[in-house]
Formats: sequence, structure tokens, C-alpha cells
Amino acid sequence: MMEPGLYHLLFISAALFFIGVYGFLTRRNLIAMLMSIELILNSVNLNFIAFNKYVWADKLDGLFFTIFVIAIAAAEAAVAIAIIINLTKNFQSIDVEETEEMKY
Amino acid sequence: MGLFGRTYLKNTAGIISTCLSFISTCLAFYTAYGYFFEYGKINGVYQKLIPFNYLWLAFSEGLSINMGILLDPITAMMLVVVTLISLMVHIYSLGYLKGEERFPTYYAFLGLFTFSMLGLVVASNIFQIYIFWELVGVSSFLLIGYYYEKPSAVAACKKAFIVTRFADLGFLIGILVLSFYAGTLDFNTLIQRLTSPESNELKSALAASFLGISALTWGMILVFVGGAGKSAMFPLHIWLPDAMEGPTPVSALIHAATMVVAGVFLVARLFPIFAISAPDALEIVAYVGAISALFAAIIACTQTDIKRVLAFSTMSQIGFMMFALGVSKYGGEEGLGYTASMFHLFTHALFKALLFLGAGAVIHFVHSNNMKDMGGLRKQLPITHFTFLIACLAISGVPPFAGFFSKEEILLAAFQHNQTIYWMALITSGLTAFYMFRLYFSIFWNKSYHPNHQDEHGHHGEGGFVMMMPLVLLSVGACLAGFIPFGKFVSSDGTALVSEFHLQFSIAPVALGLTGIFAALFLYKTENDKPDKMASSLRALYQIAYHKFYIDEIYLFITQKILFNCIGKPAAWFDKNVVDGLVNATGNTTQVLSEKIKKIQSGKVQEYAVYFLVGVFGLAMVFIYMWK
Repeated sequence: MMEPGLYHLLFISAALFFIGVYGFLTRRNLIAMLMSIELILNSVNLNFIAFNKYVWADKLDGLFFTIFVIAIAAAEAAVAIAIIINLTKNFQSIDVEETEEMKY
Repeated sequence: MGLFGRTYLKNTAGIISTCLSFISTCLAFYTAYGYFFEYGKINGVYQKLIPFNYLWLAFSEGLSINMGILLDPITAMMLVVVTLISLMVHIYSLGYLKGEERFPTYYAFLGLFTFSMLGLVVASNIFQIYIFWELVGVSSFLLIGYYYEKPSAVAACKKAFIVTRFADLGFLIGILVLSFYAGTLDFNTLIQRLTSPESNELKSALAASFLGISALTWGMILVFVGGAGKSAMFPLHIWLPDAMEGPTPVSALIHAATMVVAGVFLVARLFPIFAISAPDALEIVAYVGAISALFAAIIACTQTDIKRVLAFSTMSQIGFMMFALGVSKYGGEEGLGYTASMFHLFTHALFKALLFLGAGAVIHFVHSNNMKDMGGLRKQLPITHFTFLIACLAISGVPPFAGFFSKEEILLAAFQHNQTIYWMALITSGLTAFYMFRLYFSIFWNKSYHPNHQDEHGHHGEGGFVMMMPLVLLSVGACLAGFIPFGKFVSSDGTALVSEFHLQFSIAPVALGLTGIFAALFLYKTENDKPDKMASSLRALYQIAYHKFYIDEIYLFITQKILFNCIGKPAAWFDKNVVDGLVNATGNTTQVLSEKIKKIQSGKVQEYAVYFLVGVFGLAMVFIYMWK
């Protein structure tokens, strides 16, 4: 079996990223959009890890960044879910197309 | 030498500031006494002392402004006049304005005025005088507008302020011209440099010329314009009659005795320069003074508001002072006009303040300014009647009251130097006697007094001790001030001037004065229709004089028709079409643009995300491919 190299990981990361972007732009469900954002974040994490492992193997900066991103993603999820709960209360819906109040 | 009244805002303001005023009066008398009799005189010549001079603003080497005290005979005299009249008015106002709501404010303004006036007379340099000059102007503005509920008072105070400001512009330019050529602001240095014929400053000031008149003469004329504005000289006099909207004691203090003579004081202060280096400017002073005197006297004969009569009489008397200065020369016997002018200033302050305070008592009693509402008041107001009579005799120049002596000296000075002015002055003094006694008879004799029944609170007598005491004191002054040998103390060059008394000379003015008095007696002593017949037989003249020669109307015409149409209208058009147009164009453009782009803000989160992504990719492209 072939040892996975840097390019494999970058490819998976890029794939994850675009899946996330696609999901974010096409899904109308806020929860699904939130999950897409998680995908984007994780693709970034994967990038960090890959570069750390294959390019600067003696350093830990990439790992630290990854941990920070995970922590912030958790906080972001909490905020996003709070917003979604409020939206549900006000609109009885979590569909972004029905919550277009904030416009001109 | 703490000669300054203070401003206080307390309940007992009246009492406090009256006490302070009393203290400063005592100090002023002490100073004047010390100056005239103890240390002022060196070898028979009064010196100019500068006991205090503080470097206030030092801009650069050679350009600095000091705050100082300059003491010379006219300053010492003015200190006495200002503090004395101010004290009288302070006391009088305790009664006159009793129960007014803004009583403390009134005293604060009065204190401010006294302070600024004292600052003005002791100023040691021309810039300091300008500062206090403006302060005097503003306190006058405040006091005229004291009854700020009355629209006429508001209009009057604005008018007074604007007219005097206009004149002050001339004064300021004059100061700049003078100080530019003399290289100093200090009075002593200024006078010294601009009078000694060999000084470079004088030469350069005389050499530079504009429209064929030397810069020095221009400077002096401009300074005189400032003085004329403050002193209500023709044609800048229009504010003074209207200024009578203020409380009567204020009229006595500011618009009769002290502030309006500031212009005379200014000319007297710079007199050596006028007399020695700029005789042309002095000529103008003389003619403006004489014209104002005659002009105001004619108007005063027709007015019916007693305070306005007094206002025009003030203007006329100040005209006297001005032309007395104008016909004077520097030094010795020739300087008689200067002494006479200062003497008249002094006596005029006493009797004019007395007249105004007396008029105040009458107004207080009758609740009207109009002569037609009065008559036969001699029984009701015995003290006022008596003191008013003394003041009228004094201003008419009847011996032995104060006005006689000073007016004789002025007429003598005019006679010696300029016959035209002498005749004008003679006519004016006859008219003075006539209109003063017209006033006197109309108030105190004429028809018998019927109390106005609408006036519910009715009789309250003459207004108590505080109002009568100043009247009595001032009338004593008006009787005796004439006997002061004034020439010994105040003269143009500081040496004593002994003026002889010419009996033959004084016959004409006194006779004219008595004629005026008898004419008034004949016309106004009892109620009759003679004045009306007179008025109708001289209809045209009477109407013109009654409307003050239409000067106000001319001013209105100039400002409204010419200024507004020629300058105001185009300016308004420019403002409306160009300035507003620019502003509107900016607004419209923004509105149209935002109308177009507002659709972008759709409220759809995912659209925003697309824009964001496109932007990020765009930036990434830029960074990757273009920033190599």
C-alpha cells in the first residue's frame, strides 16, 4: 500500500473545501450551512497538519493553529446555534430564504 | 489705586455695589487731590505719570501690548467724574429700580460699565483704550437692552451696538495707521514721536499720502470717526435718541455723563498730535462738533419725549466740547478751547446727570415719557422741581451756575479762532435755553396735574430718600462747579492757564439764553395754543426737525434700498443658486447612486457569501499572478 504524500492530503483538503463551499451556497437549511462551514474549517485544519508534517516536521506551529481553529469552531458553532434558535422562535423556520428581513 | 467697581450677582447686589462704588469714588477723589495738589506738579507743569505698567502681551521684540495706568490732568478729572456720577446713579437706582426682577443683573452691568469706563480713562496705551472702549460699548448695549421684553429696547440696543461698532472700525484702522507709523502703542511715546518735527516717524507719516492727504491726517480722522461714533456726533448720532429705551439712571450715567464723552476724551488724549501735526483733522473735528451742536439743538426743540429732548441736548453739548477742542491750539493762551472743552465736559456731566435723574423721578411719578402727559408737577414733586430748575439754568448758561462758566470759555475760544463756528455756537446756546425751558415748563407748569385714574397704585411721592439725595448733591455740584478755577488744573500742555473773565463778551450769550428762556416762558408756562400755532406757521421746518431731519430714514434708505439691493440681492442669488446648488448636487448624486446600488443588499446570506468568495478569489488571483 502506498504511503500518502503531501499532495494526497492537499487534494483531499481542497475537495473538502469545495464541498463545504458548495454546500454553503446551495443549502437553504441553516443547520446544513453551519455543517458546510465546519467542513471548510476542517479542510483548513487538514492543510495545516499536512504542511506541518511534510514540510516543517520539526515544528509544532501547524498543530497549534489547528487546535486554535477547533476551539474557535466550537465557539462559533455555539453562537451560530443560538442565532438559529432565535430565528426559529421568530420565524418558525430555519430556511434562509424565509428570513430575508434585513435588507434595504 | 484699586479704582474698579466690581460685578456681583447676589441678592444684596445693589447695596454691595453701591458701597464699592462709594469706595472707588473716595479713592478717585483722593487720587485726584493727590495728583493736583501734591505730586502731580513739577515746576508748574503737570506731568504725565505712569505709576503702573504691566507687560501684558509680548508678541515679539518691539511689538508688545501693555496694560498700564496713565495719570494726567484729564485722567484725574475723568476719574472723579465717572466715579461720582456712577455713585449717584448707583444710589438712585436703589430707589428707581426697586422690585425689578433682574435687579442684581442690572447692578452687575452697571459695575461692568464703571469698570470699563475707568479702564478707558486710565489707559496708558492706545490699544488698551480700544479694549476698554469695546467693553464700554458692550456694557452700554446690555444696559440699553435691559428691558429685553420690549421690542423697541431690543431694536435700540442693536442699533446702538451696530452704529458704534461701525465707527469703531474706523477707530481700529486709525490705531493701526498711527501705530504703524509711530512704531509704538504707548501714548506718551506716540505723542512724543508724532509731534516733534525732527523725528523720523513724523516725517514718514507725513510723507506717505493717500488721496492727497497725509497718512497721519487719515489716521487721526479715522480715530476721530471712532470717537464720533461713541460720542454721537453727526452723522453717527442716530443711536443715541433710541438708546433712551434703557432705564433712566442708565441714560444718565452712560448716555449723558460718561460714555458719550469718551469720544471727547479720546480726542483730548491725542490732542497734541491733532493740534501740532494734523491741523486738518482738527478742523474736521471742529466743524463736525459745531454742526452736531446746532443740528441737535434744532431737533430738541420739537421732540415730545422728555428723554429724547435730553438725548439731543446731550448731543448738542458734546458738539460744544468737540468744536471747543477743534478750535483750540496747543499750549499757552491758545489752548483755551482745550481747557474749556474739558471744563464743559466736567460741568455737563454734573448737570446732565441731574437732568436725567430728575427726568427719571418725573417718569417714575407719571409713568410716561411723553411731555404731553405731564404738566403742573411742581406741587407734587417739589425737590425734583427745584433741582431740575437748577440744572436747566446751568445748561442754559445763566450765571452763576456751572454751565455759564464753561460755555463762556468755549464761546470765547471759538470767537478767537473761528467766527463761523462762534455764530453757530451762539445760536445753539440760545436754542439750548429755549428747549430746556420748554421742557421745564411743560413738565412742571403748563396745565394742572390730573392724576391718571387708570394708574391704580397712584401716588407714591417723589421716590424716597435714595432718589432725592443724588439730585440734591448733583444740584449743589451744578451750582458750584463753575467756580472751580479749571484752567489751573487742566490745560493742553500742563501749565496753568488763567482765563480772564470778559464781561462784555458774555453779554451776548447770556442775553440770548434769557431770550430763549422767556420765549419758552411765553409759550409753555400756561396751557395755551400758542406753541401749536407756532408749529403750524413753521410747518415745514417743524416737521423736518420733528423727524430728526430724516437722518434715520436716509440711513434706512441706504441700508435697505442700496445695500440690500446691490449687495444683498446678488449675494442671496449666489448663495441660493451656486452654493446651495453645489450642496444639492452632491446630495442628489448620492441619492441616485444609492438608489441604483441598494439592490445589492438583498438580505440573502448566500448571495453575500458569493460576493465574498468572488472577492477572495479575485484577491488571490491578484496576489498570486500579479505580485511576483
